[in-house]
This record gives sequence, C-alpha cells and structure tokens, in this order.
Amino acid sequence: MSADSLVELRDVEFRYDARPVLTGIDMAIGRGKVVAIMGLSGSGKTTILRLIGGQLSPSRGSISVDGQRIQHLSHRELFALRRRMGMLFQFGALFTDYTVFDNVAFPLREHTRLPEPMIRDLVMMKLNAVGLRGAAELKPEALSGGMARRVALARAIALDPMLIMYDEPFTGLDPISTGVIANLIRRLNDALGATSIVVTHDVEESFKIVDYIYFVSAGVIVAHGPPESLRRSAQPFVHQFVHGDTDGPVPFHYPAPGYADDLGLGRRP
Amino acid sequence: MIAALDRGLRQIGHAVVEGVWKLGAAARFSWLVLIRSGECGRRPQLTLNEIYFTGTLSLIIIIVSGLFVGLVLGLQGYETLKRYGSAEALGTLVALALVRELGPVVSALLFASRAGSAITAKIGIMKATEQLSAMEMMAVDPFARVLSPIFWGGVISMPLLAAIFSALGVFGGYLIGVVIIGVDSGAFWSQMQANVDLREDILNGVIKSGVFGVAVTLIALFEGYDAPPTAEGVSYAVTRTVVTSALVVLALDFVLTSFMFTGV
Repeated sequence: MSADSLVELRDVEFRYDARPVLTGIDMAIGRGKVVAIMGLSGSGKTTILRLIGGQLSPSRGSISVDGQRIQHLSHRELFALRRRMGMLFQFGALFTDYTVFDNVAFPLREHTRLPEPMIRDLVMMKLNAVGLRGAAELKPEALSGGMARRVALARAIALDPMLIMYDEPFTGLDPISTGVIANLIRRLNDALGATSIVVTHDVEESFKIVDYIYFVSAGVIVAHGPPESLRRSAQPFVHQFVHGDTDGPVPFHYPAPGYADDLGLGRRP
Repeated sequence: MIAALDRGLRQIGHAVVEGVWKLGAAARFSWLVLIRSGECGRRPQLTLNEIYFTGTLSLIIIIVSGLFVGLVLGLQGYETLKRYGSAEALGTLVALALVRELGPVVSALLFASRAGSAITAKIGIMKATEQLSAMEMMAVDPFARVLSPIFWGGVISMPLLAAIFSALGVFGGYLIGVVIIGVDSGAFWSQMQANVDLREDILNGVIKSGVFGVAVTLIALFEGYDAPPTAEGVSYAVTRTVVTSALVVLALDFVLTSFMFTGV
C-alpha cells in the first residue's frame, strides 16, 4: 500500500447470495483528499462504503484502512478503527429518542470519560461548525431533511475522525441545503485534516468540491480521474452521466420482453 | 399431476429450510444478546431505563387485570366451593390459582402485548432507519448498548409484574369473598397461609414467570431485529411477536407445569 493512501481496495469482489454486486474494484484514496464514488442507483456504491466500514466482508480481495486489513481485524480491533471513522447515513439516522444535543454527545459519552461541561462545550463547537448551535434542544422530528443531515454530520465528526464517509448526502435536499452540505464536506475535511469519501449521483455539486472521482457501473469501476478530465471525457457512459443525456449506453428501459408482445399485438397463432 | 406434486414438495421443503434457518438465526441472535451483556453490569443505568419502559409502564394494565381476575376468581370460586360447604377455602383457591398459573401466564400474555410489541416496533424502526447501523459505525455495539439492556430489563420486570398481578388478584378475591360476600376473614387468610407453600407454589411460579420473561423478550427483540425495513415488515413483526409469544408461553407453561407439579 502506498504511503499516501488512507484507504485501499485491491481486486475486491462482493457477492450477495450468488449475485455479484461488485467485481474487480481497485481504489486508492489519498490522505487529505475528498473523493467521490459516483454511479447509478443500485450500482454498488453504498456497498463499497459498507465494505470500507467493515459492515460487510468482501468475497475476494483486500481492503485496508490506515494500513490495517479490515477482514483480518477482530471485533475489538474493528471497533477501535471505527472510532477513527465517521459516517453520514443517507437520511441522517439520528436517534429519534434523543435531542440534537444528545445525538452529537452520544459518541463522546460512549467513548470518552470527559466531564459533562467539557462534553457540552465540544458538542456546541461541533454544532456551531454545521450552523445548528441554536437547534441543540430540538428533537430530530422537528428538523428539516437538510438540518437532520447537518446534525448527523456534527455527530460523525464528534470524535475528529481521520476518515469521513458520506452516503448520498444530497438526496432529497433543496438547492440551498445541497450547496450548504457540499461546502461543509470540503470545509470540514480541510479543517480536520481528514479524508472524505462521498457516495453520490449529484454531478454539479460534487464536481465542485471533490479532488478525484470513481465511476461505478454495474459493480465495476468504468472510469476514474480528477473532475476536469472526467468532464471532458468522451467515454460514452461518463459522458452520458456527467451531461445527464437520456440516450447513451445506459438504457431508459428496464429489460423487458417485446413491447408488441406485451400489448398482445405480436404474431397470433 | 406430477408437476403439482413436485411443486408441493418444493414448497414444503422451502418452508422447512426457511424455518430451520430462522431458528438458527434466532439461536445465534440470543447467544449474542447474552454474551454481550457485560455492558449492563458496568452501566446498570441502561438496564434500569429499560425496566422503566418495559416494567413500570406496564403496571397499569397488570394492576387492573390482576384485580379483575381476582374479582372473578372470588365470585366463581365462592359459587363452586359453597356447593361443597367449604367456602372458607376460597383464600387457598384464589392464591393457588394465581401464584401457580394465572399470575405468571396472564401477566406474560399481557407483557407480550404491551411491552413485547413495543420492543419489536422500537428495534424494527431503529433498524429500518439505520440507527443500529449508525451506532455500529460509531464503534458502539448495538447488542451491548441497546439489545442486552432491553433483554435484562424484560427478564427482571416479568417476575415482578407477575408477583404484582398475583398480589392484586388475591386482593380482588378478598374484596369479593370477605368484604362483599362475607366469608370469614380469619379463615380466608389462615387457610391461604397453611396451604400455599413457599417453594412448591410461590418459587415455582416465580421460575415460570422468569422463563416467560426470557422467552417473550427474546422473541420481541429477534422479531424486531429480523424485520424487513419497511412499514409492512415492522407491522408483521409486531403481530408475530404477540402471536408467537402467546403460543410459546402457553406451550412452555404446559412443559414447566408437568415437571413442577406432578406428584404433588
């Protein structure tokens, strides 16, 4: 593994039952970088995050984070490594019984023996970083989608992780919230000296903030590179994805029998 | 004909394999809940919170039901005993019926429908909204932090609820028998004291309710954890918790009773 890579995937294959979800995945994610994994829904992007976080095990290949092979770690070692990772789930996954404050305080209370006043200061600093210090006493059901994701982001960075993973952070957000989250991803990454992996299909926002992009289609990496070169790419899939063309290698129709046959207009016996 | 037979056999085979698979998953799940219980010892507050949610919040339904069951037992018991001229034995009848059977069984059924369903819904929704996954990714083990405390909360609450149920039932029997009908108060209590054995009756009742507590709480936790992450999936899981718990409690009651009270 090269010294400047925090996360490396080598020839990773993952099968769900007998169905291959990912095949031959090679990735090297450099320290301090913001990297996007892009692709259509169901192409296996989120599975990559779950493999890196050790929630799933690959059928073949190796995954290392900060020099440690995820598959070879014991339960205790994996949990020790996860303390240095933060993950933002698609819809925030906030604990609905807790207030915003208690959600952000949760990892601090579980993993440190800090006195309560210090936890309070840390939580307020994290909430201030995402602009929601004033919402500390609200319950998650009182938050909008964008606010809930910002709280989840504050919770993900509570322990100052070395690696932050984002699962579809822009899904279902209005343009202002999308811009706010995108900005936060870049700003927090640089301020914390962390490394970020963003799984998304939002081309506009992610191209503005990321250093490198992997395109995944049907479980394989079809292209990768910095945003400028991918924007100019002539490769049909990348071109169709980046420019949102309806016509291209990705068909509009889900595989189906002949249209005429389905409508009963085919050859009659 | 052969095709239909083939299909039928396949369906039976599929159901058997699914059933065995689920039983194995439930056994593994229960094992994990048990071996990750260390956190409950280190942080008793976690279990105390769950005792509040599963036990204290079930008190109203247990108290009201216990009282009414006792009232009915008092009426029915008096009617029957009077025919044989032994109405003074009412205290014994009410107490034995409650501590041996009705207390543990009825409170377990009520516990399954009040607390078991709530546990399944809570765990099912936590899983569907990725709260358990989020906890795992924060390096907090959901088994140690959430599931084991709920399990121990249920196991501790259940015998206490059964005891309260029985006590209120005896009080109900007293109200009907002694206060309203006029059975002799001294006979009511002294016959009860003479005929209810601490080990044979009360201890066995407590063991029963402890076993029911283990069964109902594990079923509720597993069904929630195993529920598909959809509204329909969680609602079916809640139904399964109540139905399976009821059947398991009644089956276990028969097995335990046949071991405990034969030859007495």
